[in-house]
Parts: sequence; C-alpha cells; structure tokens
Amino acid sequence: MFREREENKMHFTTTPFRRGPGSVAAALLLSSALTGGAALAQDKPAELNIGITTYSSGPASVFGVPARHAAEMLAEQLNARGGIDGVPVKLTFIDEGAGLETLLAEYRRLAEDVGVDVMFASISSGICNKIAPLAEDLEVLNFMWDCGTQKILEDDDYDYVFRTQANATPEVLAPLAYLLKTHPDFKTIAVVNQDYAWGRDSWQIFSEALKKERPDVEVVAELFPAFGAPDFSAEVSRLQALKPDVILSTSWGGDLDTFVRQAQQRGLFEQSTFVLALAESSLERLGDALPDGVIVAARGDHYFLHPERRDEPEFKQFTDDFKARTGSYPIYSVYHMAQAFAALEAAYDKAIETTGGWPDKDQVAEAMVGLEFQGFGRPLTVREDGQSVEAQLVGTTGTDPAYPFRVIKDIEIYDGGSLMPPVGTTSLDWISEFEPGTLDLEGKAYDPS
Amino acid sequence: MTLNLVVLALLDGVAYAALLFLVAVGLTLIFGVLGILNIAHGSLYAIGAYVTATLGQWLVAAGYNPWLTFPALVVAAVVVGVVLGGAIERLLLQRIYSKEPILQLLVTFAVFMILENLQRMIWGVQPYYMSEPLTLLGNVSVLGINYTAYQVLFLPLAAVAVLIGLRWFLRHTSMGAQILAVTEDREAATAIGINATRVYLMTFILGACFAALGGALATPTTSLVTGMGANMIVLSFAVAATAGLGQIEGAAISALMIGIARSFAVYLSPELEVIMPYLIMVLVLLVRPSGLFGRETVRKI
Repeated sequence: MFREREENKMHFTTTPFRRGPGSVAAALLLSSALTGGAALAQDKPAELNIGITTYSSGPASVFGVPARHAAEMLAEQLNARGGIDGVPVKLTFIDEGAGLETLLAEYRRLAEDVGVDVMFASISSGICNKIAPLAEDLEVLNFMWDCGTQKILEDDDYDYVFRTQANATPEVLAPLAYLLKTHPDFKTIAVVNQDYAWGRDSWQIFSEALKKERPDVEVVAELFPAFGAPDFSAEVSRLQALKPDVILSTSWGGDLDTFVRQAQQRGLFEQSTFVLALAESSLERLGDALPDGVIVAARGDHYFLHPERRDEPEFKQFTDDFKARTGSYPIYSVYHMAQAFAALEAAYDKAIETTGGWPDKDQVAEAMVGLEFQGFGRPLTVREDGQSVEAQLVGTTGTDPAYPFRVIKDIEIYDGGSLMPPVGTTSLDWISEFEPGTLDLEGKAYDPS
Repeated sequence: MTLNLVVLALLDGVAYAALLFLVAVGLTLIFGVLGILNIAHGSLYAIGAYVTATLGQWLVAAGYNPWLTFPALVVAAVVVGVVLGGAIERLLLQRIYSKEPILQLLVTFAVFMILENLQRMIWGVQPYYMSEPLTLLGNVSVLGINYTAYQVLFLPLAAVAVLIGLRWFLRHTSMGAQILAVTEDREAATAIGINATRVYLMTFILGACFAALGGALATPTTSLVTGMGANMIVLSFAVAATAGLGQIEGAAISALMIGIARSFAVYLSPELEVIMPYLIMVLVLLVRPSGLFGRETVRKI
C-alpha cells in the first residue's frame, strides 16, 4: 500500500497532469477537452462545488448538525462577500449516519459525476480511514475537517488529503499537561471511555504519556461502556468504591451528558477530580449538572469566549449570528467547519497569487502545504504531511452569572507544535521517548475572568 | 470481590434489570398473543421517553409542582401507547396477520425507520433530559455508596407492580381471560363469541404502553438521543429470546440475569460488560434453543 503511494507520488512529481489508473477521470478530461472545456486552461468556473460529509442522523449529529448550520451560514456569508475570487461556493451534504457503503458511493458520485472541487470529510475517524485512500484514488482534494485519529497522516503519504485541525495526539496530551500542572499530586486514575475507536485510541495516547510522565500513578479502573450506553450506574458505583484521585473521560454527546448527570447526582464529583476532554461541546446542554472545578478541553482552541479572540468584532459577530440561527452557542465542531472554510479560502488565494489565474486542483493542493490560515482561534499552519498545527485550549469549569451554564476559567492555551511528533514520526513512537517533565509546557495562562 | 461489592453489584443489576424488564415485557406480550416480533417497539420506547421529557419540562417551566412529573410519566406512556400503538395495529398490522412472519417483521421494521425519522424531525438531534423525578427522590446511601432512590427503589417497585398487575389482569379479568383464550386458539375463541380483532388491538395497545412506559421511566436517568430506540430493541429482544418469546415471568428472570451479570462484569471484567447480554443469550440458546422457559410447539403467554 505504502510502496504504491510512493510510486504515485514520484509519478506526480515528474508528470504535471497525472491521471490515475481509474479511467473515469481521464474520460471526463478527454470529453471536456473535446468539447472545448477548460480542464487545462482553467477558466474561472461558475461556482466552486464543496461536498461535505457530516452526521445528520445518529448520536454524532450533536456535532454534525451544528456544523452543517455553520457551513450553510459561512457559505452564505462568503458568497455575500463575492465568493472566492468572484466565484460563489455551492454546498452538497452527505449524511455520515447513513452507513459507510452509502457514504462511499455518494462520495464517489460527488467526486466523479458532480465533479466537486473539494470535499470536507469527515467527522468519524472510521470514515476518514476509508475516505482518505478513496480521495487519493479519485484525486479529489479532501479536507479532513473534524475526525480525530492521528494515524491516517502518520501512517501514509497523501497528495490530496489534508487535515484542517489538530488530531487526537495534541487533543489528548493538552488536558494531560494541564492536569499534571494543576494537580501534581494525584496518585490514582480511572478512565470511563466509549467502547469504540476514539475511546480506545485516546486512552492509549493518554495512558502511554502518563506512564512516562508519572510512572508512580496507578490506573485503578479502565471502563469502556458500550457506545451509546443509556446507563452508567454500575460504573459510578464502582468508581465511588475505588475513590480514584482523577477520573478521565473522552466521551461526548449523550454518553457524556448521561455520565456527568449520574455522577453528579450521586456525588462522584465531590470525591474525584474529573478530566473531560470533550466537555466544551456539552457545557451549554449540561447547565447546572456540571459542577465547578472540572478540567475541560475543546479539541483545539475552540471556545465562544476564547480569551484572545472574544473581543474582536468578527468573532463576536460569528457567535451572535450562530446563536441567532440555531439558538445555541458555537461548539468545537462549528469552529472546525469554519477552519475548513478558512483553509479553502486561504489556499485558493495563495494558489491564485502563484499561478496568476484560476488554479487547478493540483495547484490548490500544492498551496495547502505550508499554508497559514485562521478560523476563530489562533492561526494554524499546514505541515508538509498535510496535518495542521493547532493550539489547544484547556481550562477548569467555573460559574459566571451571565450564563446559565458553566464557563471555562483558568484557561491555558498551548502551542500545537509542542504537543505533536515531528513529521515522519508516529505519535506512539514519539510518546515512548517521553521523560518525566516532557509535558511541562509553557502555556499562555489567563486569569479567571 | 468482597461481600460489600456483591451487594453493590446486585443493586446496580436490579435497577438496570427493572428498566429492561419494563421494555421487554411489552415485546414478549405482543409476540405471545399476536405472534409478531414488533421492531417498532424500540420507537415506542423512544417516543414515550421524548413525550415524557417534553411534558415534564413543560410542567416544570410552567411552574407546576415538580411532583406532578411522576403522574406525567404514566400519562405520557398511556398517550403514546394508545395513540401510536392503536394506529399501528389498526392501520397496518390488522392487514398482515395472515402473511408470512418475515413480511410482518419487515413491516414493523419499516414503521421503526419511519418513526425514527419522525422523532428526529420533531425533537431534533440534541440530547434531551428531564431529571425532576430522580432529583426529587434524592439519594440513599448503602455501604458508603450513594445510589439514587429512583433507580434502586422506585424502578424495581414499578417493575414488580407491572409484573403482578399483568398477571392479575390476565388471570382475573374478563379481558385477560379473552386474551388467554385467543392466544390458545383464535378460531375456537372466535366461535364462542370472543371478538378476536378487538383482543388483538387491546393487546397491542397494552404492549405499546409498556414500551412507552419503559421509555418514560428511563427518561429521568438518561439522555434522550437519536438511536436510543435501536439500542433498546436489540437489548429487549435479547431479554425476550433468553426467556423464550412470549414468557412474561421468564422475561423478568432473564432481565434480572442480564442486569446482574452486566453489573458484575463492571467490577470483575469490564471488557465483558458490553457483550454480557448477548453472551448470556447465546449460552442459554445453545442449551435451550427455545429459551429458558420457551416451549417447542405450544405458544402461550
């Protein structure tokens, strides 16, 4: 697999108009060339087609639906500004909840029949695993806009696949760094994660790094209740009996909400320090059920009260627009979507400047490498392996009378670069070299507001 | 594992089993009488939960006494069971009783898919919650561990009440006797003047009410999310199949087995928790292919 891609890549560098073994793209090219089309000359198209996979159904629609609203809003605003260099964008959505087969068929259809210019795919790591090689085969520019697994760009080389946000490694190490700094004396930890790829992989990263940082810490329970489990009573009872100093969970959505409410009702928060790596996305829903003093993170520096951005008119406008449209404050998946749009705009601008005309997809892909772009957090840069470097925001829940739910206080924002392996090294290899103190990071700390 | 932990695991297991039984009993009742495996049971569970949450949230927001959320649980379950259950039986199932079982299964599966989407259209995809009944009853402390009274007292009592009430209804009321007669032999029962069509309708509505009641009683303990119905139908099928389809008391016992085994797994071998219900189902069905209490040929409730 790897060797084959290497060959592809060499082929790419020597032949400017590479077309894959799949002949459909070649046939399309030929037919459009015969009809005087613009595949080579690159006139400005009438519109820029963006295909977006997101969850409209199933448990992950807690992320997918807000992100879809954001995409529609951002496209409207972008088109009102005149689009990208005068070209308006057009969105087509695919439901990730429809199942992998349907999704891949739809993806193929959008890439080959509709001829989308770029795909934003996807939320699920499992789906990204399948889509990345497909995008490469179809030679369609693909932004992995939300999926977490660090493995895709670490294990394989891609020319058309980029990630416009961080990945699991910094997203899990940042809360660990914060925990080590704010609670240096903890001796025992338990984990309650969902029983699927993210729950398992995130715990692997966290626990491997913890073993290096604090070999003395004892893991007293590793609990992986079923994905979508409606009840965590037995887990809560066991945790009450074990009394671990720290309880970690990277769960999200209804699972996290239920776990937090059951734990809170039964007094577990008074007994252990909680680290909830994705709780930024549940703050508003949980309201009073989430106590003060819980460590929460946001899969990036995503927060509608981002301490460095909250006073900027553009940032406030986005929050207000989103709130007016959906009734809720933006969560991280919304910001991830905004980053995909920001990266697209920046990449086209850069490619247009380089080529002096409307770029083809290979020129846009080339522009992606080394690109700097900014959504509603700190600026991000795209590394040569297609992975973006993104800052990470972690904090502790507190109360603010202005909001009927917990806000994040004692925020620290870490540079993304220090939480990631260098290009060409896998996360787990990199973590295996950790020494105690590797995660003593100088984050930028903010006073409780 | 100390004796203390055995007590804790039993409490969690019984609380979980109570909810499982409430949902599975409707599924098994409908199968026992109508011979239909009703996949839409999962939707009735989910919609029962959503209607309960909506009603409860409205009661609280409108400033009524929060204790009214307890009767609201029952009211929501009955409304959903009668309206939706009645409509499904009258409009669809009545036409297909003589058809192949596989077709009946597909029809109820189609209803399930339609209702799943309907539920998403009405309530959206963000998790819902209505915890008043749970917080009102407060906590009880057992061996230094806090439990919610709602889960370790109220739910098991509700399950026992349903079990005893259903037994009494079937053995000591005219409607119950008619249901038993139709189950035994529909033609003979019709010949002695029992309106079998009406018996089928009433049974289905009763089963649907139990599904919705399961959802209603689950509402204070969990987040309502899309897909909750699918999870529950699989689980309650495992309960019903372990007991033997159509076995009401058997469903209570297999719900207890599965609930307790699951909570012991959390203490002893957390990796097994997820597969515990199915492990038990497979082990039981390997030894007794008709389930613990199932009989080979005669169908009885």
